[in-house]
Amino acid sequence: MDFLQPATWTEALAMKAAHPDALPIAGGTDVMVEINFDRQRPPAFLDLTRIAELSGWGLDDGMLRVGAGVTYARLIGELGDRLPGLAMASRTVGSPQIRNRGTVGGNLGSASPAGDAHPPLLASRAIVELASTAGTRRLPAHEFFLGPKRNAMRKDELIRAFLVEPAQGPQQFSKVGTRNAMVIAVCSFALALEPERRRVGTGIGSAAPTPVTAPEAERFIEGVLGEHDMWQKPAPVAESALVRFGELVAAAARPIDDVRGTAAYRRHALAVMARRSFVWAWNEYRGAV
Amino acid sequence: MSARIGDSPRRADGPPKVRGDFAYSSDLKAGGMLWGATVRSPHPYARILAIDTTEARALPGVLAVLTHLDVPGRKLYGLEIQDQPVLAMDVVRCWGEAVALVAADHPEHARRAAQLVRVTYEVLEPLTDPERALTDDAPRLHPGGNITRYVKIRHGDQKARADVVVNGEYEIGMQDQAPLGPESGLAIPDSAGGVDLHVATQWLHVDRDQLAGILSLPPDKVRLRLAGVGGAFGAREDLSMQAHACLLALRTGRPVKMSYSRPESFVGHVHRHPGKLIYEHGATREGKLVYVKARVLLDGGAYASSSTAVIANACCFAVGPYECPNATVDGWVVYTNNPPCGAMRGFGSVQNCYAHEAQMDKLAAALGMDPVELRKRNAMKTGSRLITGQVVEGSAPVAELLDRIKKMPLPSPLPPQGAGLGRGARKVDLTQLPGGVSNTTHGEGVVRGVGYAVGFKNVGYSEGFDDYSTARVRLSVVNGRPRAEVHTAAAEVGQGLVTVQAQIAATELGVSDVVVLDADTQVGSAGSSSASRQTYVTGGAVKAACEAVRERVLALAQSEIGGSTGARLESDAVVSSRGEVMVTLGTLLGDAVIEETREFRPRRTHRLDSETGQADAHLQYAFAAHRAVVDVDIELGLVRVVELATAQDVGKAINPQAVEGQLEGGAAQGLGLAVMEEIQVKDGVIRNASFTDYLLPTILDMPPVRMDILELGDPHSPYGLKGVGEPPTISSGPAIVAAIRAATGRPITRVPVRPHDIVDT
Ligand SMILES: Cc1cc2nc3c(=O)[nH]c(=O)nc-3n(C[C@H](O)[C@H](O)[C@H](O)COP(=O)(O)OP(=O)(O)OC[C@H]3O[C@@H](n4cnc5c(N)ncnc54)[C@H](O)[C@@H]3O)c2cc1C
Repeated sequence: MDFLQPATWTEALAMKAAHPDALPIAGGTDVMVEINFDRQRPPAFLDLTRIAELSGWGLDDGMLRVGAGVTYARLIGELGDRLPGLAMASRTVGSPQIRNRGTVGGNLGSASPAGDAHPPLLASRAIVELASTAGTRRLPAHEFFLGPKRNAMRKDELIRAFLVEPAQGPQQFSKVGTRNAMVIAVCSFALALEPERRRVGTGIGSAAPTPVTAPEAERFIEGVLGEHDMWQKPAPVAESALVRFGELVAAAARPIDDVRGTAAYRRHALAVMARRSFVWAWNEYRGAV
Repeated sequence: MSARIGDSPRRADGPPKVRGDFAYSSDLKAGGMLWGATVRSPHPYARILAIDTTEARALPGVLAVLTHLDVPGRKLYGLEIQDQPVLAMDVVRCWGEAVALVAADHPEHARRAAQLVRVTYEVLEPLTDPERALTDDAPRLHPGGNITRYVKIRHGDQKARADVVVNGEYEIGMQDQAPLGPESGLAIPDSAGGVDLHVATQWLHVDRDQLAGILSLPPDKVRLRLAGVGGAFGAREDLSMQAHACLLALRTGRPVKMSYSRPESFVGHVHRHPGKLIYEHGATREGKLVYVKARVLLDGGAYASSSTAVIANACCFAVGPYECPNATVDGWVVYTNNPPCGAMRGFGSVQNCYAHEAQMDKLAAALGMDPVELRKRNAMKTGSRLITGQVVEGSAPVAELLDRIKKMPLPSPLPPQGAGLGRGARKVDLTQLPGGVSNTTHGEGVVRGVGYAVGFKNVGYSEGFDDYSTARVRLSVVNGRPRAEVHTAAAEVGQGLVTVQAQIAATELGVSDVVVLDADTQVGSAGSSSASRQTYVTGGAVKAACEAVRERVLALAQSEIGGSTGARLESDAVVSSRGEVMVTLGTLLGDAVIEETREFRPRRTHRLDSETGQADAHLQYAFAAHRAVVDVDIELGLVRVVELATAQDVGKAINPQAVEGQLEGGAAQGLGLAVMEEIQVKDGVIRNASFTDYLLPTILDMPPVRMDILELGDPHSPYGLKGVGEPPTISSGPAIVAAIRAATGRPITRVPVRPHDIVDT
C-alpha cells in the first residue's frame, strides 16, 4: 500500500489525478475505522494533513470560505460566533479526541446520512467547493449528497472547502442519541433563521438516505411569520403553528428501522426537535429585536 | 508496601495504567512471533460440507492452516458441560463460531489467508426463539436436547392464597461485559513439546486443565502466566483464543500471538443471558408476602458455558432479599442458535432483580403503600430462611440498607425550564439535562423520578463445587531487611487483588516489604476471579499461609531467644506483648528462608434437590440497595440519571478505596443495562458488534454515586469480609428503571429502556 504525502494543494490534485483510487485521509476518524473493520483496503492513501491551504479559513465575497481540513475543535473555537449552528453540531461530534482530529471535509467525504455537520450546512445553504487538475466547481450542499455514503465528488476530485454565509440570525442544532455524549445521531435537526431575507432554513440528519431539508416546513413557517408581520413585530408563534411545523419537518424525512431506532420514533423525535428548536431560535430573535 | 488491611494504599498498577505504560495482553511480543487469525462461521446454524485450505496455505507468509482434524486431544471443551468444539467439526451452531485457524508472519497476511479458507456450508434454519427451544418440534441442537438445565423450587404451601395479587412479565436484553482489552495472548512453544501461554484470563488453572486435554499434553507441559488483563466481568471465564494460539504455536514451533479485533471480541466471549421472567406475587393487606410464583426462561445460546449455574442463581434468588413463606419457581436455560451466554457480573441475580423489584413496586401500588416500607416489612434478616430452605447466617441488613438510602439527602430539584428571550435563553447547562450537549431540551418535557431497589446474591461458588485457593508465602532477608513474597495464581483483572494480597501479608507478618509475584500455574489453583470470591478465598489462603509462616517465625524466636507469651510480628521484628522489640526479623532469620503453602477452603455447599430445589447451596450472601434519581424527557424518551445512592454491607473493607471503586463501577455497569447496553441479535446474527452501536455509559451518563459502606462482619469469612464486586451491578439498574416508571407513569417491562419504550410513536 502506498502512502502519498503531498505538501501543497496543487501537488495533491496532481497525485489524485494520477492515482484516482488513492483514498484521501484527513483526520482519519472515519478512514481508520473503515480499515480496522476491514471494510476497505485502498491501494494507496493520500494524506491531506500537510496541506496548509486546507486548514485555513477566510472571507470570500461576503461568504466564509472554510478549508476542508479545519477541525471541529477549531470550528467551535474560531468560528462559533459566526457559525453557531455548525458549532453546536460540532460540539456533539464524538469526544474531544475526535473533535481535535475530525474535519468537516471528512464528514462530507464520508457523506454518511448521520454526519452531524450536514444538517447545519443544509440549513444555511452552504456550498461545497470541489477541485481537480481540470478546475474547480461549486455545488450547493443539497446537490452534493447523492445516497447513503455517496456524494457528487468525482474520482479525480478533492474537497477544497465549504462556503457559507456568517449566520444572519439565530441558529439551532439538536440531535437525539441514546447516550448523553459520543453518540451517532438517531436523528438530528438544524435550523437557521434569516430575518433580512425572511427565510427559515432546515436540515434533517439520519432520517433519510441522505441529509435532507424540509422545504414545505420552511415555506409553512415563513408563511406564518409573514402573515402576521412577525419579523417586524415578533410575538410568540401559536402552538398550533409550531405543531404543524414539526409535522411538516417529520414528513420530509424518509426514515428506516435500524439498530439505532425505529422509523416511527425518528419521525416523532424530529417533530419534537423542530418545534423546540424553532421556539429557542425565535425567542432569541424576539429578545434581540 | 506496609499498608495494612483497612488502608487504601496506592495501587502499583495505577500510574502505569493512567500513563498508558501498562502492558496488556494485547501488547505482548516475542522474537520470531507469528500472528494467528480465526476463520469464523457467517451462519448461525449450518452443516459443514467441506473445508478447503489450499488457497490459504499457498499465500506467501502463511505457516499453518488448521482445522478440527489438527486438534490432537479433546475436541470439545466447556466449563460445566463439554459441548463446544475447539474448532467446528460437522456443524456450526452460532454466528462467529471458530472453524479454522491461520498463522502467518504478519497480521495482514493472516487476515487475508483466513478469507481464503473456503468452507462449504449447508445453511440450516436457526433456532432463535428460546420458547420454541422448549418444544418438541424444535431442532435438537445437542445430543441431550435443548434444555441445558431445569431448576425447580418448591417452598412452603403450593396452594397458598393471598388478599392482593399482582402479575408481571419482564424481559431482559443481552448485555455484554465489553472489557476494553480484547481477547489476546501469546503462546510460546518450548523445545520439549510443551508450551507457555501468556494470557488475560480469570482462572489460569481451569484454562490449563482444559488446554492439557485439548493439546493432549500432561498438565505440567502447559504453563500459563497471567498477562495484563484489560477487564473481565465474566467474559474471560471460558476459553477464547487460548487453545487456538497453543495449537498454532505447537504446529509451527514459533511463538504465536492472537489478539481479537473489537467486532471479533463480541463473538469471542459469552454474554449475559437475555431472559423472560413471568411473576405472580401474593400478599396480605398489611403488605406481608404470602407467595411468589416465578417462571424464568434464560436463553443460553449455542453452548452451555456456565449456564447451569446462572439459572440456579436466577431461581434461588428469584424472590429477592425478602422473607417469603411460599414459593414456586421454575427456571429453564435452553440452547438456541443465538450467541452463547454465560458468566457476567451479577450472574443470574441481575435478571431476576429487575423482575422482583418491579413486582414489589407494583404490589406497593396495589396496597397503596410506600415501596420502601413494603420492602422493609418483608426484608430478609439474619436467621431468615431462603426459598431454598437455607438459613441466612451472618449479617443481612436489608431493612437497614433501605433505611439508609431513603434517608440520604436528595439532589437539588430540576433547574427551572430554560425559557426566556434573547441569547441568554441558550445559557442552560446542557450537561445537566437529558440528551446532554446534543441540545434536545432546555427543560421542556423533563420530569424527575425517584426509584428504589435492593438485591442480593451468593459470594463464591455454590452447589457443592470444591471452591478453594492456594497461596505460597516466603519470608527471607534481603539486604538486611525482611521481605515477604506472596505467590498465588489469582487473576488481577483490575479489581485490585494484588494490592489486597500485599495488605494481608503486611498485616499478618508485620513486614513492610511485601512483593506479590506474578500469577502463574507454578503454584496451586486460586480458583476464578469471579463470583465476588477472590478477596474471600485467595485472601483467606494468603492469610492462612502467612499464619503458618508466622507460627514458624515465632517458634524460631522462642528457641533462639527464649519465650514470651503473646509475642507477635510487627515493624519487621518480633515484639513482646508489651510492644518491646525482642529481635528484628533480619537478625532472627539471617540466611534462613521460611516458606509455607496453604490451601484455603471455605465451608462446603450442597447441590439443589432436583425436585424441591432445597439445599444449603451457597456460601455467603452479599446485599446492596440503590436509590436512583432520574430526569426523563417524556416527549423524546431520553433519560439522564441524576444520581445514584447506595448502601452496601461489605463485612469488612480490606481496601476502602477499592471497595468504592467496585461500588461505582458496578453501578455504571448496572446503569448500562438499564438504559443503553444491548447486543441486538436478529436471526442469530449480532447487528451491533462494535462500540459504534454497542453503547457503554460515558462520564456524562454516569452520575456521582453517594455511598454508605457498612462493615457488619461475617462469622465465617477471613476478617469478616464479604464479596463486594457484584451487588452494585444487581440493584442499580432496577432502581433506575423504577425511577423511570415513577417519572413517566409507564409500566416499562423491558430493559434496556429505549426512547421508543417511553414515548408513543
Ligand atoms: C469515536 C468516533 C466518534 C464519532 N462521532 C461522530 C459524531 O458524533 N458525528 C459525526 O458526524 N461523525 C462522527 N464520527 C465520524 C468522523 O469523526 C466524522 O465523520 C469526521 O468528520 C471525519 O473527518 P476526518 O477528517 O477524520 O475524515 P477522514 O476519516 O480522514 O476521511 C473521511 C472520508 O472523507 C474523505 N476525505 C477527507 N478529506 C477529504 C478531502 N479534503 N477531499 C476529499 N475527500 C476527503 C476520505 O477519503 C474519507 O472517505 C465519529 C468517529 C469516531 C471514530
